[in-house]
Amino acid sequence: MRATVNQGRRTFLQAGAAAGGGLAIGFCIPGTARIAEAAGEAKLNAYVTIGTDGKVTVVCGQSEMGQGCHNSLSMLIAEELEVDLKNVHIEQGGIDPAFGNPRYIGFKAVGGFQATGGSSSVRNVGVVARRAGAAARFMLVSAGAEKMQVLRSECVAENGYVIHKPSGRKVSYGSVANDAAKMMAPDEPALKPRSEFKIIGKSTPRHDLPLKVTGKPIYGMDVRRPGLLTAVIAKCPVFGGKVKSFDATQALKVPGVKKVVQVSSGVAVVADGFWAAKKGRDALAIAWDEGSMAKVSSPDLYRSWAELAKGPTAAERLKTGDVGAALAGGAKRVEASYEVPFLAHVCMEPMNATAHFKGDSVEIWASTQAQSWNQHWVSQLTGLPPKAITIHTTYLGGGFGRRLESDYVLDAVDTSRAAGNVPVKVVWTREDDIQHDFYRPASHNVLQASLGPGGMPTAWRHRIVGTSILHYFKTFGHFLRKDGHDPTSTQGAGDYFPYDIPNVLVDYVNNNPGVPSGFWRSVGNSQNGFILESFVDELAHAAGKDPYQYRRQLLNKPIAARLRGVLDMAAERAGWGKPLPAGVHRGIAAHFAYGGYVAQVAEVSVAKDGNVKVHRVVAAIDSGWVVNPEMLKYQVESAICYGLSAALYGDITIKNGRVEQSNFNDYKMVRMDGMPRVEVHILEGEGEQGGGGEPGTPPIAPAVCNAIFAATGKRIRKLPIKPEMLRA
Amino acid sequence: MATTLELNVNGRSQKVSLEDPETPLLWVLRDNLGLMGAKYGCGIALCGACVVHVDGEPVRSCNTQAARVAGRKITTIEGLSRTGAHPLQKAWIAEEVPQCGYCQSGQIMSAAALLAKNANPSESEIEKAMDGHICTCGTYNRIRKAIQTAAAMMRKGA
Repeated sequence: MRATVNQGRRTFLQAGAAAGGGLAIGFCIPGTARIAEAAGEAKLNAYVTIGTDGKVTVVCGQSEMGQGCHNSLSMLIAEELEVDLKNVHIEQGGIDPAFGNPRYIGFKAVGGFQATGGSSSVRNVGVVARRAGAAARFMLVSAGAEKMQVLRSECVAENGYVIHKPSGRKVSYGSVANDAAKMMAPDEPALKPRSEFKIIGKSTPRHDLPLKVTGKPIYGMDVRRPGLLTAVIAKCPVFGGKVKSFDATQALKVPGVKKVVQVSSGVAVVADGFWAAKKGRDALAIAWDEGSMAKVSSPDLYRSWAELAKGPTAAERLKTGDVGAALAGGAKRVEASYEVPFLAHVCMEPMNATAHFKGDSVEIWASTQAQSWNQHWVSQLTGLPPKAITIHTTYLGGGFGRRLESDYVLDAVDTSRAAGNVPVKVVWTREDDIQHDFYRPASHNVLQASLGPGGMPTAWRHRIVGTSILHYFKTFGHFLRKDGHDPTSTQGAGDYFPYDIPNVLVDYVNNNPGVPSGFWRSVGNSQNGFILESFVDELAHAAGKDPYQYRRQLLNKPIAARLRGVLDMAAERAGWGKPLPAGVHRGIAAHFAYGGYVAQVAEVSVAKDGNVKVHRVVAAIDSGWVVNPEMLKYQVESAICYGLSAALYGDITIKNGRVEQSNFNDYKMVRMDGMPRVEVHILEGEGEQGGGGEPGTPPIAPAVCNAIFAATGKRIRKLPIKPEMLRA
Repeated sequence: MATTLELNVNGRSQKVSLEDPETPLLWVLRDNLGLMGAKYGCGIALCGACVVHVDGEPVRSCNTQAARVAGRKITTIEGLSRTGAHPLQKAWIAEEVPQCGYCQSGQIMSAAALLAKNANPSESEIEKAMDGHICTCGTYNRIRKAIQTAAAMMRKGA
């Protein structure tokens, strides 16, 4: 295969011959190592190939977990390439710097930056994909014009053909794909203007739906390999604990158990199937060195954070005006403390991965959101160079940020190696999954505000004390600010502050004795959105004003225009102010996260026993121009359900360093009878494109709690909402 | 001491040798027979990802011993229709139900058992039949609608 390479000045397009003939267009992300290697015989990791038979294949480096990125990226490429989406085949790409995500360009510590998170597939990777499609179209048109011996300027691309406009003659993409592969790739391929979009903006069902209604073996959990063994690992129930000693005698007597080996995360029982491995684990006798976390329990944590909140020092995230003076001088002062709990991710597919360590290389099959970080940490564990580490990405049975971590992948590699270089699938039980997660940070929050004579706030002070993701997640550590501040901790509280208040101070104290902390759908916004939107509601009521109109009045800065747009849309579509059935009350909230502006109105009733019923949620989202409207709608539906489960039930508590919850009996999720009717309205503006997967999560908890206040006069300042807080 | 069971799965009788006679059906299906449609989600019959039919009834295969269903008619999602021709599968696609999709085999199997007995279930009957399932992607409203769509298709003889 010959690869003609155009490194361009600023573009890093790669074009060349596809493996089976035809044209292949790949991409290099600035800052990755691929460019130098691309000349000569290097394999081209294509975003898109056009075969000599006209077959178009889109290869996605992004991971598919139902958010539809494989389809949205294919739509973007097909749009630019001018081919019918029905003729596009979609494949999951391997691990390669070519699939680096521009969102994570700053991560110099690890190579490649291939990861799916931060609602970035469309808005960040999508730009790269469109350029690949546009470059292919440009080269095919050039090759077509040459073949027809006509002027290139008289030719257009349409539905897989190059058409000579004056004569109506045409040649198919397939017939000129080989010639196109010899062309120079354009430095800056022209992208189509929105007015010419034919595919983008139309709801198109995902290609993976048929696989998912027929039970096809597409998940990491379903991986089968010749000679594959299954392992279940006993991990210390206390965070950070280590194996002191273990006795495998009884475990080895369980029929089907092959080996018991110590690995970095505990003791692995390797068997010919899950059931034997699990029974083997149950039969292990292990003495643990529990370490310092054995003394840590949730009530102590919250108490110590409440104390720390009174302290003089904190890292400032947002400071305008003079909060101290304004608080002292206000006509009315409002103060409140808010507490949010640790949360587990609870992907329906429990953590698992398959690995075959072969001495000088390792092959991995995993449902992962973060191929590059997996590769980095496997390299650290094994000493193998990254290129000796192959990762096959399967479909993900849920991600929500949990699968950005590498622990479960390391488990598989570690066990495969320790068991004698055999292929092993490590399966976590649901209990393992809940008790060994990287939890959404918990925090204690102190809020203070003063209201001016008209009831509008003159000062806003928010101090956050809790655990930090970036202090815990090593790969991201260098994204901490110089003062040690973790921007994800104040995300949604101080990075974008939409309300027009002259004096604002948002600051943060990190304190974590060692609770694993991680990225959870919408990250810092998930806590701070709740706190900010609840406290604004408190101010509205303190001022004696309608919570919708009060917000509206506060959202008058230019940066708040889009948030006000969705607030208005949600209020209007929900019929804000119009009568509701007896006992049903409304709450409203609006929040910006990951490029998306979302407002929600929740209709809620509270029974005498304190049980909360959410009847209906009306949501409005402005995420810029939309690739697949139906897909965006069901992402918001999903985000609402995920956020509602957390608001109503989500509570990971720690006792003596152990997580007290274990399965769906004590870590509950919303089921069908608890799912509200959801209406999602899209406000498609001209603004910058935003994300889809995460922005819908933050507003649901405050919308529900604000409705609870409207219903009962009781303010929920500590999640989850418990019936005993609301009993009449 | 291995036990040999004769399991009738998706219309085919198969002999399975088990070291542990208490092995749940789920793991026999997945590890012994290579049928990956039924999923492991919780292991304690609380999420429904593992639902299969035994003599037409929805059963949680994660806590049903394989030995107890030997000789009975077991149907997994693979046996419902491998090609996706069942009205529920068509409706699931039409309503764009699955997101991550991991729970959907179980959801569809429970819905199929419901529709086999009740051609026109009310919303509360649907909720009652489906409440043993968890979908963390939150596809419940689309599931409810897809069941109604499939029921209508079946009543028309689709």
